[in-house]
Amino acid sequence: MSRQANRGTESKKMNSELFTLTYGALVTQLCKDYENDEDVNKQLDKMGYNIGVRLIEDFLARSNVGRCHDFRETADVIAKVAFKMYLGITPSVTNWSAAGDEFSLILENNPLVDFVELPDNHSSLIYSNLLCGVLRGALEMVQMAIDVKFAQDTLRGDNVTEIRMKFIKRIEENLPAGEE
Amino acid sequence: MQGSTSPPPLNSSTVRVTGNYFGTRFTMDTRFTRGKSPILERSITRPKTEVSLSAFALLFSEIVQYCQNRVYSVSELQNKLSELGQQVGVRILDVLVMREKNGKRETKVINVLLFIKVNVWKALFGKEADKLEQANDDDKTYYIIEKEPLINAYISVPKENSTLNCASFTAGIVEAILSYSGFPAKVTAHWHKGTTLMIKFDESVIARDKALDGR
Repeated sequence: MSRQANRGTESKKMNSELFTLTYGALVTQLCKDYENDEDVNKQLDKMGYNIGVRLIEDFLARSNVGRCHDFRETADVIAKVAFKMYLGITPSVTNWSAAGDEFSLILENNPLVDFVELPDNHSSLIYSNLLCGVLRGALEMVQMAIDVKFAQDTLRGDNVTEIRMKFIKRIEENLPAGEE
Repeated sequence: MQGSTSPPPLNSSTVRVTGNYFGTRFTMDTRFTRGKSPILERSITRPKTEVSLSAFALLFSEIVQYCQNRVYSVSELQNKLSELGQQVGVRILDVLVMREKNGKRETKVINVLLFIKVNVWKALFGKEADKLEQANDDDKTYYIIEKEPLINAYISVPKENSTLNCASFTAGIVEAILSYSGFPAKVTAHWHKGTTLMIKFDESVIARDKALDGR
């Protein structure tokens, strides 16, 4: 392989434990700062969104992925390239809707939840909700409005962790007048 | 006259159980598991999992911004970051002691500092800390010096708060590891030869260390 093709794809790696524990410290802090789980979920989603908006730049620069032609391709890129690159895991893509506008990511070994168990009084906390925000924010930057939510979560007693993604619409590019 | 059979003073690194053991209601610290959990079945050896540094940097940046929105000054912000770091330190301490020290805790100041410089740093940042030094004029003060700390890899500090050092987060990690090992200390981050974590031990720690030496 030529060096040219490799350039920029190398991203530095680090021990996932520091990442996991840092995320845990954040969630703990949010649980202290907010009164109920719903608000924590919202805040995590918001922070995830901010990350996603920035992460997409990093992703497009490092991966040689061009424009996705359909939602299936988007799903593949997210699962096989993006998740692999950032979290070191490859979720499986399943449960396509008939219209092809909805699918699920099944996560095994979600690094965010290593060492985590939810106390009884946080049963409605969506611990990894940051990920939903990240996906929404990143895709919004490539003109796709997506609805993302956790359908199942092993932390809350489900057998698998499932993120459900639904395509809403393509965002029209509204260029400011005079810029074309 | 009071009974002279009071128990000998415990070394502050040993666990104290006060009151009637069976009569006392112990509340469980949230860092302990509730029992039946897959976490307990996991191997304690380090899993070979890695995430990208970008993922961490983006997360950490959000954390710094979140904290910044809730404080009024640089020192408050650093305290907040340190508190978050302490959460990490408390949790990483036990697993590292089990993994790398055969479950044996350090009792001497110099050994616990080396444990941090070598084992903790390698586990968290993939390398040893650059330097460990003792202050010339003060036997309570030590420095861990890092030229380019991982935490600060992607952070540029704005001019208006140039004293801000996000390595306060790392300082919190170190402070928790020391304190929970029985070496109460205050750890702060400074810009000096790169980033310097200044460790100031509690008087009692140094006194105990000298007593141990004297034996």
